[in-house]
Amino acid sequence: MNILRKSDLKRIVACAILFAAVQGLLFAEIIGPFWELNIVLICINIILAVSLNLINGYTGQFSIGHAGFLAVGAYTGAIMTVKLGFPFEVALVVGTVAAGFLGFLIGLPTLRLNGDYLAIATLGLGEIIRICILNIDYVGGASGLMGIPRFTTFAWVFWIMIFVIFFIKNFKNSSYGRCCLAIRENEIAADTMGIDTTKYKVMAFTLGAAFAGTAGVLFSHYFYIAHPASFTFMRSFDILTMVVLGGLGSMTGSITGAVLLTFISAYLAEYPEWRMIIYSATMIVLMLHRPQGLFGNKELSMKMFGLGGGKDGRTAESK
Amino acid sequence: MEELLKVNDISVVFGGLRAVSNFSMTINKGELIGLIGPNGAGKTTAFNMITGVYTPTEGEIIFNGTKTSGKKSYQVTQLGMARTFQNIRLFSELSVIDNVKVAYNMHVKYGLVEAIGRFGRYFDEEDKITEMAMDLLKIFHLEDKADELAKNLPYGEQRRLEIARALATGPKLLLLDEPAAGMNPQETKELMELIRWIREKFDLAILLIEHDMGLVMGVCERIYVLEYGLCIANGTPDEIKHNKRVIEAYLGEEVL
Ligand SMILES: Nc1ncnc2c1ncn2[C@@H]1O[C@H](COP(=O)(O)OP(=O)(O)OP(=O)(O)O)[C@@H](O)[C@H]1O
Ligand SMILES: [Mg+2]
Repeated sequence: MNILRKSDLKRIVACAILFAAVQGLLFAEIIGPFWELNIVLICINIILAVSLNLINGYTGQFSIGHAGFLAVGAYTGAIMTVKLGFPFEVALVVGTVAAGFLGFLIGLPTLRLNGDYLAIATLGLGEIIRICILNIDYVGGASGLMGIPRFTTFAWVFWIMIFVIFFIKNFKNSSYGRCCLAIRENEIAADTMGIDTTKYKVMAFTLGAAFAGTAGVLFSHYFYIAHPASFTFMRSFDILTMVVLGGLGSMTGSITGAVLLTFISAYLAEYPEWRMIIYSATMIVLMLHRPQGLFGNKELSMKMFGLGGGKDGRTAESK
Repeated sequence: MEELLKVNDISVVFGGLRAVSNFSMTINKGELIGLIGPNGAGKTTAFNMITGVYTPTEGEIIFNGTKTSGKKSYQVTQLGMARTFQNIRLFSELSVIDNVKVAYNMHVKYGLVEAIGRFGRYFDEEDKITEMAMDLLKIFHLEDKADELAKNLPYGEQRRLEIARALATGPKLLLLDEPAAGMNPQETKELMELIRWIREKFDLAILLIEHDMGLVMGVCERIYVLEYGLCIANGTPDEIKHNKRVIEAYLGEEVL
């Protein structure tokens, strides 16, 4: 157990160093505004990818409407600060809870059923949310909700991202996480282990949706605007691509996927038509040569490169 | 003798086929009972009803004083019944030890907040679970394979792991669906000894499905015989051995 505690501490120290380095570069203006924006976007995308991985990768459900929860977070957060004048912290909490609550409402009836009902329901939900927003004048309708103050800083996204990563990592390495993995592996057997499968599926789905909501609040408070066009099905597909690219069920995979794809998008910012082509081509090549994703369901670790990592043995767990 | 399981006249119909018809059985605490019958007789279906996978269309099941027919499978497990599957159902992408650890979910004493924040009872409980899981793996000679993926175990070890996992739920009644299927005679013999031994050690009642009559005769105290969904006989191995209908059922199968 001490090993676990120590390795967590080491990771947090590593995160702090990374944070200080990037923050320093930003401060010294070595990283310009274009890359600053992309770094923030990377952090937001990592939150989205790891939270979707909790649902699709760990629990084995198939949600394809993550952008819907992102939108709920973005808009409720913005309403809190712009319309109701609450501080950013409150917006973060409310946006997270609102998206999580919606996830719970959708998850409860659909996750009881076996099969692909969740995929259909989440696909529909994403679109319904977007169309509702388009038609609500209170939040700006088709022209979007403007004038959102930029409260999101690099420090906010970074540390929230770290929080979400640690949250999901610790969830996975607990009895709760084991139950989710068991459901993914064999739902009938999980049932005979005394696992209330619906309960755990709804739990994972609600948590995943809630974190997408958090990402939404961060998103709208960075870009000054919440616009329905940012939350289309293509956005959901983007997030799913990150998770699948990295390897379903691998958190380090999701992180890598999010970083890679955000970079690709950034480089192709001037050629948006190429973006989709390269995306699709990447996916096709991946599916042909490595259908399990870059890392499969394994975690990237020092051990993977034969660099030891010590005799962690049974208690080994990686981020 | 204390009654643990009471099955009252259960039947189940699958689109016109009465897979099990008016089946009754009683299992007392600590008994080792066999359930035999030719292919397609309805043995697995009876198991599925007892464990809550299927709900009987008629009849009721009482386990340890609670009516379980109509309850869900996980609720039945929580009341103290565990099982294995004829076609092994392990968590194949999880390690051997994690397969066993999953089974302790009902007894874990830390909450979600403790798990996420890693404080309170989290570390103590996880240590305890790891220790208990290792002890179980030792009994089944799987301790050296604790970190391997379950799917990479050879067949016989997968069967043993499934029993270990079922035991980890802390059952009062253990149902084994053809645990020796696919094993060689030596492995089968060892397994049967192991089954007898775990019954004593864990103070369990066991219900065992087996194809092979001879094998069941050796270990079980009482035997139920199914044929075409009907219970054609029950009694001690000696009684079953000399029962005319049972002999016919088995000879009939061989003639076919
Ligand atoms: N879910 C189901 N739907 C329809 N028919 C079923 C279902 N489950 C079992 N059956 C049928 O019920 C009958 C009994 O099957 P069961 O699996 O219980 O037999 P068994 O005694 O376990 O046989 P075996 O020795 O081959 O395992 C078979 O004819 C089978 O096809
Ligand atoms: Mg069977």
